[in-house]
Amino acid sequence: MNIRKRRNATARSLQPVAGNGLLDRRALLGQGIIFASAVSTGVSGSLTGAAAEPLPVDPWSLAIGTTIPPYGQPAKYEKHVVRTLTNPNNEPRTSNARTPHHLLNGTITPNGLHFVVSRTGFPDIDPDKHRLVIHGLVKQPLVFTLETLARYPMESRICFVECGGNSAPLFSKDPIQANVQAIHGLVSCAQWTGVKLSTLLDETGIDARAKWFLAEGADAPSMNRSIPLAKALDDAMIALYQNGERLNPSQGYPMRLLLPGYEGNMNVKWLHRIKLIEAPVMAINETMQYTMRVAEPKAWQFYFPQEVKSFITHPSPGLTLKGTGFYEISGLAYSGNSRIAKVMVSADGGKSYAPAALDAPVLSKSLTRFRIPWRWDGQPAILQSRAWDEAGNVQPTRAELLAVRGEPKTNPPVTAFPMGHMNAITSWAIDPKGEAKNVYV
Amino acid sequence: MSMCKSLAVVVSFGLVLSAAVAAEQPGLGKPVTEADLALWDISVGPDGAGLPPGSGTPAQGAAIFAQKCELCHGPEGKGGRNAALNSTTERTVANYVPTATTIFDYTRRAMPWQQPKSLTNDEVYALTAYIFALNKIIGENEVMNAETLPKVKMPNRDGFVSKYPEKH
Repeated sequence: MNIRKRRNATARSLQPVAGNGLLDRRALLGQGIIFASAVSTGVSGSLTGAAAEPLPVDPWSLAIGTTIPPYGQPAKYEKHVVRTLTNPNNEPRTSNARTPHHLLNGTITPNGLHFVVSRTGFPDIDPDKHRLVIHGLVKQPLVFTLETLARYPMESRICFVECGGNSAPLFSKDPIQANVQAIHGLVSCAQWTGVKLSTLLDETGIDARAKWFLAEGADAPSMNRSIPLAKALDDAMIALYQNGERLNPSQGYPMRLLLPGYEGNMNVKWLHRIKLIEAPVMAINETMQYTMRVAEPKAWQFYFPQEVKSFITHPSPGLTLKGTGFYEISGLAYSGNSRIAKVMVSADGGKSYAPAALDAPVLSKSLTRFRIPWRWDGQPAILQSRAWDEAGNVQPTRAELLAVRGEPKTNPPVTAFPMGHMNAITSWAIDPKGEAKNVYV
Repeated sequence: MSMCKSLAVVVSFGLVLSAAVAAEQPGLGKPVTEADLALWDISVGPDGAGLPPGSGTPAQGAAIFAQKCELCHGPEGKGGRNAALNSTTERTVANYVPTATTIFDYTRRAMPWQQPKSLTNDEVYALTAYIFALNKIIGENEVMNAETLPKVKMPNRDGFVSKYPEKH
């Protein structure tokens, strides 16, 4: 492409493609960063702002650095990038630790920032004494040590885990003013490595009567769930590694069940027992928790997949825009059913949408980062994202979701779980000061 | 004729292959008997499968409750610093849980919070009986055991619809 053609392409791509200043998702890709003068706002030239001043040589360029530690930690300036805790003193109630998505980018959650929901903290399991038993409706019950499991053929896959109660603050009568961490912080994504459960079931054999299996942890409450056997034979994994290292203690060290795309609670941590059964055991976490009262008379039970969802992380509440001009809107999209097919973004509260770019690779049942350039003119805007998955599902609007689930009548605390599997569109209103607020559209 | 021959070849080749695959399995799991798993296999089904011997009454349960449960669940299970077990406003036993065995199973595996699995089976039956009596699901003098517990009719037993396999 000659220079003239390329300039024309740049000019075209910087024309707004949807209301309130959304730009073409291909803008800037390999195009350099000079705004063509054709941009109608009249804001001049460069995206990088005012002319630079003469640069000094900084002190860190004049002295030797710090000793490299055996296990690296984030820079000391990043101490605020931490999870929020609902139960920091481990009182006798559930603990939730939420991922700070507004302070991260990309799609992989660092192990120390992966969300946690735990009933009694994490157990101190001696990996040499830990055992995994598979029994019940099998031909030969077997017991495995960590050492023996580590000799089996393994596979790695990147996938998200999301608490069934993530995004529950959106089920309140009025929009709760909280940030993306408080509202959407119970989803994270990692590369998990381990042994497929089907590999182990090949060795135990399966009695024809088995239709479900029970998974149970070695933690204090022996957390347990009933799971369809079909999932065991599809993509269930006994995960031993998280982002290349052994599982974090609060993610189930030394082993957890990984059920890609299924409700987080079913991905049983500290896994020590699998029992093949004919029908669900009706555990507390499938009869009280992780059930949903909805608009229809009967409550929903055994709702497993985390349905297609997206939310904008940048900008979002707490990340105040610093002046008008160029910003990248970005966020996360995912579906427990398949790959993400497309994400549409709106800056005018859903009146017009433009397609966002998806960071490659787009993986099934994994967080997908979407991005779209935006030129903010300083006027009020309402940012929304909406995702489609390859299984044909579309993220519902708030009105569409509430038509099925019922209207919230109260404003529960932000840490409460008034509804499960909330996947409606999130709306951030940007005011003229550049501050983002949670709003209902 | 030739077709039959090649089919036979394919079939026998398939058998050889599957035998080879079976031999390739790591086979590192150690056989274990259900008897060896007696202490681990604490799951109880809604039909009562897995319920242990033992029994208890609401009166016996009340005494245990006051000592080991009230701190978190409040007097008569009306709620304290943790979940209510007897409430008309919160999701709880009489108005929500569809199966009687669930209460026994969860109490046995997870309670009391600070000393899980420390209750005897008689104590778990007694506490289950007490919680059901508080919720007026059984009478004050009914005994809970492996026979009677699965027969308890929970008020909300028809209150759920399964989203599986519609959603899978």
